[in-house]
Amino acid sequence: MDYEVIFSNIPLYFEGLWVTIQLVFLALVLGFVLALPIALLGTSRYPWIRLFPKAYIYFFRGTPLLVQMFMIYHGMGQFELVRESVIWIVFKEAYWCALIAFALNTAGYTAEILRGTIEQTPYGEIEAARACGMSKSTLYRRIILPGTFRRALPAYGNEVIFMLHGSALAGVVTIVDLFGAAKIVNSRHFVPFESFITAGFFYLCLTFMIVSLFKKLEFRWYAHLRPREV
Amino acid sequence: MVLEGMVLTIEVALLSLIIAVILGLVGAMAKLSKSRIARSSANVYTTLIRGIPDLVLMTIIFYGGQIQVNNIGDLLGWDYIDISPFVAGTLTIGFIFGAYMTETFRGGILAVSKGEIEAAHAFGMKRWQVFMRITLPLMVRHSLPGFGNNWMVLAKSTALVSVIGLHDMVYNAGVAAGATRQPFTFYLVVAMLFLVITGFSDFGLRWANRRFSVGVRRA
Repeated sequence: MDYEVIFSNIPLYFEGLWVTIQLVFLALVLGFVLALPIALLGTSRYPWIRLFPKAYIYFFRGTPLLVQMFMIYHGMGQFELVRESVIWIVFKEAYWCALIAFALNTAGYTAEILRGTIEQTPYGEIEAARACGMSKSTLYRRIILPGTFRRALPAYGNEVIFMLHGSALAGVVTIVDLFGAAKIVNSRHFVPFESFITAGFFYLCLTFMIVSLFKKLEFRWYAHLRPREV
Repeated sequence: MVLEGMVLTIEVALLSLIIAVILGLVGAMAKLSKSRIARSSANVYTTLIRGIPDLVLMTIIFYGGQIQVNNIGDLLGWDYIDISPFVAGTLTIGFIFGAYMTETFRGGILAVSKGEIEAAHAFGMKRWQVFMRITLPLMVRHSLPGFGNNWMVLAKSTALVSVIGLHDMVYNAGVAAGATRQPFTFYLVVAMLFLVITGFSDFGLRWANRRFSVGVRRA
């Protein structure tokens, strides 16, 4: 065990940590924005509208994130149309490719979570809202979506942790995230055990932070279910 | 060539599933046992594994495990032991999903109603018999949905073994893509093959679910 190398490379790990946090945060925000319309379409009354969200969710939940990322990072260059257009600036960079793959992937999982919780909305709430004369958009904004997000919180917390763990794949396509930093330290000094254990320790801390954050959120959002203090 | 890789992918997936189930059973028993040491070591196992990305764990075990094994081997005077990517990949995936299985099985065992176990004791069954005849079959019923989810995630995780150089579907597709300059096509084929695997498993799991829920009344 040789931890001096690790200590001298700690700045590299912190740079990687920052990239990991960036990637995960951006992917989650983009994924969520994408997931909401997909989930809403998924609860449509018409079967032919449900077809697209179903296919999207099935594909992104049924295939490995690694393959999805490779399809974008290695795959997009196959098409001349993409290579010669303006969007090649985006697909040329490993960072953006990874981010797009992560966002699309987490959108699939998030959409499935939201679709389930939208459908769980108690019918009485919708009836009451209609009786108050709310329009469809008000009904969604005030009644259905807030309840949906609350019910989705525990499952979404798991999804955030999965996204954090999935983001380690960015290190495979040359991005210097936490895993990429560990790879660099390993290849420079040949300390495989120490370098990857350190990255693992960072991920563990991040996971614990996310878990406690969601515990706090749940405590707030489920305040009405808390036993009353005497 | 991609199909050859698919055989390897399925091999890795099934072998690691066996390891995961064994570890899961042991872990679940440890978590529910009276001994504090067993309980806390099982807790450390599940928290650590579920807190670290599978890719990082795999590299720790593949690169790091190699060195550790040979350090121990040196002390004991063994020859150099080479851990193949296949062994490392299978062991790691089994080890990771053992933690997830532990949680699933623990929930399954806890869901077995106490009355049935008491009834079995009243019939004079030994503890081992109670476990084999009552707890285990009922636990299978309760933990089957969670088991199915774990299996699907496990099957997809096998894609990671390509990173440590095992010639699975993803790796072979990469080689083919390099030769033909058609990466998108090949990775799309791999994605479709994964959908085939998950589709078939879904079918099988539904059958098993029906089989093990015989006698459950549905509202």
